[in-house]
Amino acid sequence: MTTTTITMPGRYRFADAARMEWVKLRSLRSTWWTLAVTIAAAAGIAVAVGVNTEDAAGDLTNNLLAGISVGLLLTGTLGVLTATSEHTSGTIRSTLAAIPNRPLVLAAKAAVFGAVALATGEAAAFVSFLAGRLALPAGIPGPALGQPGVLRAVVLGGAGYCLIGLLGLGFGAVVRHTALAVGLLVGGVYVVAMLGAPLAPAVMPWLPISVVANSLTVEQPGMAIGDVRFLSPWAGLGVLVLYAAVALGAGAWVLAERDA
Amino acid sequence: MIEVRDLSKRYGATVAVDGLSFDVLPGAVTGFLGPNGAGKSTTMRMLLGLDAPDAGQALIGGRCYRELAWPLREVGALLEARAFHPGRSARAHLEALAAASAIPRSRVSEVLGLVGLDGVAGRRAGGLSLGMGQRLGIAAALLGDPGVLLLDEPVNGLDPEGIRWMRALLRSLAAEGRVVLVSSHLIGEMALTAERLVVIARGRLLAETSVAELSAGAASLEEAFLELTADDVEFRGLPADNPERRVR
Repeated sequence: MTTTTITMPGRYRFADAARMEWVKLRSLRSTWWTLAVTIAAAAGIAVAVGVNTEDAAGDLTNNLLAGISVGLLLTGTLGVLTATSEHTSGTIRSTLAAIPNRPLVLAAKAAVFGAVALATGEAAAFVSFLAGRLALPAGIPGPALGQPGVLRAVVLGGAGYCLIGLLGLGFGAVVRHTALAVGLLVGGVYVVAMLGAPLAPAVMPWLPISVVANSLTVEQPGMAIGDVRFLSPWAGLGVLVLYAAVALGAGAWVLAERDA
Repeated sequence: MIEVRDLSKRYGATVAVDGLSFDVLPGAVTGFLGPNGAGKSTTMRMLLGLDAPDAGQALIGGRCYRELAWPLREVGALLEARAFHPGRSARAHLEALAAASAIPRSRVSEVLGLVGLDGVAGRRAGGLSLGMGQRLGIAAALLGDPGVLLLDEPVNGLDPEGIRWMRALLRSLAAEGRVVLVSSHLIGEMALTAERLVVIARGRLLAETSVAELSAGAASLEEAFLELTADDVEFRGLPADNPERRVR
C-alpha cells in the first residue's frame, strides 16, 4: 500500500471536531431539503397572513411571523436527527473512533448545527417578514424594520429556530431514538402548550412555543392575555437558551456515560 | 502493541468478557478466534473506548484509546459493516473522518482507490452491497495510515476475489511492521491468513499461540479449534443424525 507520511504535532481539538460535523451535516441531502422547506413554509404562511389582513390594528409584525411557530418543528426535528441518526446508522462509532472526547463531539455538533440553524432561521424570518409585508392589501401600511421593536422581533424570531433546533439536538443525544425524541419535542413544544393553556395558565409564558410566539416575535414587549403576562423578548430568549443548554448538558452527560 | 489486562465487562446479568488478558505484537497477523458470543466484539469495542470496561485495561501502545492524540492516525478499526449513514456518500463519510484527523483530502481518494471503491464513491452509501460496505469500512480503517489495525470479521460479505485481496492486504500490513488483530469465526480463513492466534470463549482466554502450534496435534486448525472450545460453546445446533432436527 502507499504510505502517506503524516506528521502532525499536538492533538485533535474542537476545530477538528467541528470540521467533521460540518462535512457530515452538509453531505446529507435531507439537511438542505429541511432547511429549504423551513424558509418556504414561513414565507408561505406570512403571505397568507398578509393577504388576509383586514386592518392595521394589532401587532402586524407578530402576525406576519406566525409561520415561525409551525416551522420550529422542522429545525427541531433536524436537530433530533442530527443526534439520533448517528446512533441508528452506527456512524457514532466512526465518529467516536475519530474524536473519543464525547462532550467535545456534542459541543462541535451543537456549534455547527446551531450556526446552520441560526442562518436558516434568520433567512426564514426576514424572507417571511418581507414577503408578508408585500402581500398586505393596498392601504394597510406595513411595519418597517426601522420602527421600534420590529427588527428585534424578526431577528429574535430567527434565533427561535436555532434554539428549538438545539433543544431537539439535546433530546436526541439523551434518548438516541428518533421517534421518541421527536415525540418529546412535539410534546414539549406543542402539546404541553395546548393542554397547559386551559389547565394551568400560569405556566404559559414559560412554554417554548409561547416564548417564540408571544415574547420573541412581538413589537411591543409585555403582551398579555387575561391575567397571563408573557415574558419580555430578551427574557424569553434567555429562557430558550437555558432550555437548550440543559438539554445539551444532559445529552453530553449521557453520551459520556453510556456505551456507544 | 496491544495489551489487554484482566479485562471484564458485563451487560446486565450477562458476563461478556471475564478477566481476559493477552498481547498482540507487531509484524504478524493475529487471529482473534472464538465461538459466537465469546466476547470478541466486546473486547474490540473496549479497545476502541466505545464501551467502558468494568475492570481491567485495554491498552494500545501503552495508552488507553481516549488518550490518543490523533486516534485515526494511530489505530484503524473496522467494527461492523455499517458504521456509516446510508444517505451519505462513501467519499463524504471518509472526508468527515479525514477532517476530524487533519488528514489531507488526497488521502481519501487514495484509500478509495486502494479498496476499489473509486467508481461508486459519490453514490449514497446505503446502496452499497455488503461487500462494498465492508470495503468502505476497510478504507476508513486505512485512512490515517495507522500502525495498529483492529478488524472485526473483515471478510464478511466479500466475494472470493475480495477474500483473497483481503488476505494479501492483511499480510502486507503486518509485514510492514504494523499490529494487525483480526477477529473471525472462519477458521479456514484464519489458517491461511494469520500466524498468531488468540482464542477466547465465554469471555476467557483459552489459548495464546501460533497457528502452527495449535494445528500441530490435530488433523486441521478447525479440528484443533473445535476440540479446544468444545466445552465452551453456548449456541449449538442439533447434530445431523438427531431425529429432533427433522422438519415436520
